[in-house]
Amino acid sequence: MKKDIVLLKGNEAIAKAAYRYGYDGFFGYPITPQSEILETLSLDKPWETTGMVVLQAESEIASINMVYAAGATGKCAMTSSSSPGVALMQEGISYMAACEIPGLVVSVGRGGPGLGTIQPGQADYYQAVYGGGNGDYHCIVLAPDSVQEMADFMGLAKELMFKWRMPLIILSDGVIGQMMEKVVMPPFQPRRSDDEIREQCPWATNGLGLKGRKYNFMSSLELDAAEMQKRNRAMTDKYNRICETEVRYESYKADDAEYIIIAYGCSARISMNAVDRLRSEGVKAGMLRPITLWPFPTKKIKELASHCKAMLTVELSEGQMVNDVRAAVEGEVPVSFFGRSGGVVPSPHEVYEAFKELVKP
Amino acid sequence: MTEEIIISGFGGQGMLSMGKILAYAGIMEDKQVSWMPAYGPEQRGGTANVTVIVSDNPISSPILSQYDTAIVLNQPSLEKFEPLVKPGGTILYDGYGIYKRPSRTDVNVYRIDAMEAAAKMSNNKVFNMLVLGGLLKVRPIVTVEDVVLGLHKALPERHHKLIPMNEEAIRKGMDLVVKV
Repeated sequence: MKKDIVLLKGNEAIAKAAYRYGYDGFFGYPITPQSEILETLSLDKPWETTGMVVLQAESEIASINMVYAAGATGKCAMTSSSSPGVALMQEGISYMAACEIPGLVVSVGRGGPGLGTIQPGQADYYQAVYGGGNGDYHCIVLAPDSVQEMADFMGLAKELMFKWRMPLIILSDGVIGQMMEKVVMPPFQPRRSDDEIREQCPWATNGLGLKGRKYNFMSSLELDAAEMQKRNRAMTDKYNRICETEVRYESYKADDAEYIIIAYGCSARISMNAVDRLRSEGVKAGMLRPITLWPFPTKKIKELASHCKAMLTVELSEGQMVNDVRAAVEGEVPVSFFGRSGGVVPSPHEVYEAFKELVKP
Repeated sequence: MTEEIIISGFGGQGMLSMGKILAYAGIMEDKQVSWMPAYGPEQRGGTANVTVIVSDNPISSPILSQYDTAIVLNQPSLEKFEPLVKPGGTILYDGYGIYKRPSRTDVNVYRIDAMEAAAKMSNNKVFNMLVLGGLLKVRPIVTVEDVVLGLHKALPERHHKLIPMNEEAIRKGMDLVVKV
């Protein structure tokens, strides 16, 4: 057996992958169901090995602003929280987007709204995809469905947020955060040196490399409306390029399917079971799992709608992503919704029953 | 091979650890595993459960509607999970924790007096390993050797001295289990 196969919780995988991928800093505040991220980092003490900073901040608001500051200097920084904690971070996320600063927010969803419950939830789709902060902005949103993806997406997040200079959200849920699975851990990558940051982040406000250029300046405040619109238009161009190039999804038996589930995260895992059961009964069932919730796989869903009979979205919410699916299919096929909320997780049998209802004899 | 197991009892009985050790043993045999706890506001004395899947194939849902095997260590757990065992499946219960026995006749029912044995050994910490032994006797999902390997992997080194005692408890559990 290879050495780096381990049994980990999703949250532990996030923490261990952070220092393996060479993140420079973690700033966070504990909240169920993601406290193991801070706990694991505190136990593993990466500051003694890779030099990664780990700090329990006084609040979520402080955490996100530490990420904002670290990101502004070209460092790879992250925070993690769960639903009500992520709500507190929205102002900081909007400011980071406005200043085009990379930074990672790991959001492990629980039942809401308000303080809600501590059991799993996916009712923060709107919060992540449409932004709880003010203004015209987006974050890239990655939705892992396994402990392996929790680890792997830490590397992908680092790559994408620096490539596009923007905040990125890994939107997970209490199931994926708390469950244990076998994981192959990534090899250690060193943190970036000052020279590498100087070269890769010429925009950073870190005092590195002033020779031969004007100092860098960052602010989300712009008093000239026309100038602000110009900045917004430039960001919109960037967002459009991301929509063209960064859409990710996994198709599970969907390409010849007549009935298709659209689900992400833990709902996708539960739905897979329903797909297999219907397939074994001779129904052409399939599933499309968006991996990037923003940019959303609109084109792929539209294409599937052109040759299927009906779709069902499965979410741990009262119905959020379903609206994006309906917008994508443009009325071509009926899109039904099945959801549980407030921390209730459906059994595979319940999803199967809901899916079976779509199938016309 | 796919074995879908629910382990349910009182918080503090070591159910989650037992599931973790079982999952680790599965990894030693190159199988796919998943471990999903009910992680509500559980506490010592309340009920706690964990779903463990060990399979030769990729695992879809870590949450299940039905189980191949239910290990139930208190009455509320039996009442909750007895109806959810697949016909032909297995129920393993502790004789001390269950006062009203399972009534189903289409499943294999086993009893293990692990609580009593642990009390006699004056070591209630091996309770969960006695139960694990009982499980492996009736459902040989993984070998005891791989469980021991798994323990080496799961426990921090400072606890490795306790492994022989746990192995002994697993083997004792294999002798204690009886068909009902």
